Amino acid sequence: MIRRAELNPKTEADFKRDLVALIPHLRAFARTLCGDAAAADDLAQDAVLKAWDARASFQTGTNMKAWTFMILRNQFYSEKRRSWRQSQLDQDAAERTLVAADDPEAPVALDELRLALAMLPSEQREALILVGAGGFAYEEAAEICGCAVGTVKSRVSRARRALQGVLERGAYDRDGRPAGEAMRTILADAERLSGQR
Amino acid sequence: MVVTMPDRPSRAPKGASSSNVEEARLRQQAIGVKLRQMFDQVVSEPVPDEFLDILRRHDKKASDGQD
Repeated sequence: MIRRAELNPKTEADFKRDLVALIPHLRAFARTLCGDAAAADDLAQDAVLKAWDARASFQTGTNMKAWTFMILRNQFYSEKRRSWRQSQLDQDAAERTLVAADDPEAPVALDELRLALAMLPSEQREALILVGAGGFAYEEAAEICGCAVGTVKSRVSRARRALQGVLERGAYDRDGRPAGEAMRTILADAERLSGQR
Repeated sequence: MVVTMPDRPSRAPKGASSSNVEEARLRQQAIGVKLRQMFDQVVSEPVPDEFLDILRRHDKKASDGQD
C-alpha cells in the first residue's frame, strides 16, 4: 500500500523537522503504554523509524501527530502479539517501575495516578490518555485506535469513572494511607496548578 | 489556561444530588489536570541523543544503499 513516491528534498526536510518535533510526544505516549521507561524509548525509536520509512505514504495536510501515534500503537500491539511472554515481562516491569517510582521529589499524587492508571484495561487507558492528555479529539483517537468514535467515548468515560473510583477508595497496594487520601491530594494539587496559570 | 472537560449533560434529578454532580465534576477536572501534568512531564524531558542518531544513521544508510 505504501507508495514509494519520491518526495522532493524540501518536503522531506519538512517531514523530518515535523517528525523530530513529535518525538517528545511519542515518548510520552509510549511511556503510558509500556510503563518501563527504557522499553518505552525503544518503542518510540522504532515508531520514529517506521514513520520515516513510511514518509511517502503520509498524506500532507492530514494530522501527522495522529498518524505517528497510530504507527507507535500498532508497533506496540504487534510486538505484544509476537511475544506474549515478553509482554508479560513488560507488565511485571511496568508494575515494578510504578511501585518503585518513589522519588521523594515527585509529587505524591502523580504516583497514585500512575498506579491507578496501570489498573485500567489497556484500551480504556489508551483512550483516556489520547483524549485526556494527548490533546486528541474523539474522532482522532478513534482513528488511532482503529475503532468507532462511540467506542472511544464510552472507553474514556468508563476510564474516568474507574480512575476516580480507584483514587477515592485507595484500592491499590501502597502504604496503607487512609482511603480517599489520593483523591484529596489530587484535588489540592490540581487547584494549585490551575492557580498558577 | 482554563480547564474544560467535555462533560456529559447532567442527568441527575433536580435538587438533591446537584452538589454531588458538581463535586464529581470537580474531581474529574482535577484528574484531568493531573493526567495532562503526567504526560507533559515526559514531553518536556530532553530527547535522548539516540533518537536523532538513529534517524541520521538510517538516513545515511538509505542514501548509501541507493534503493
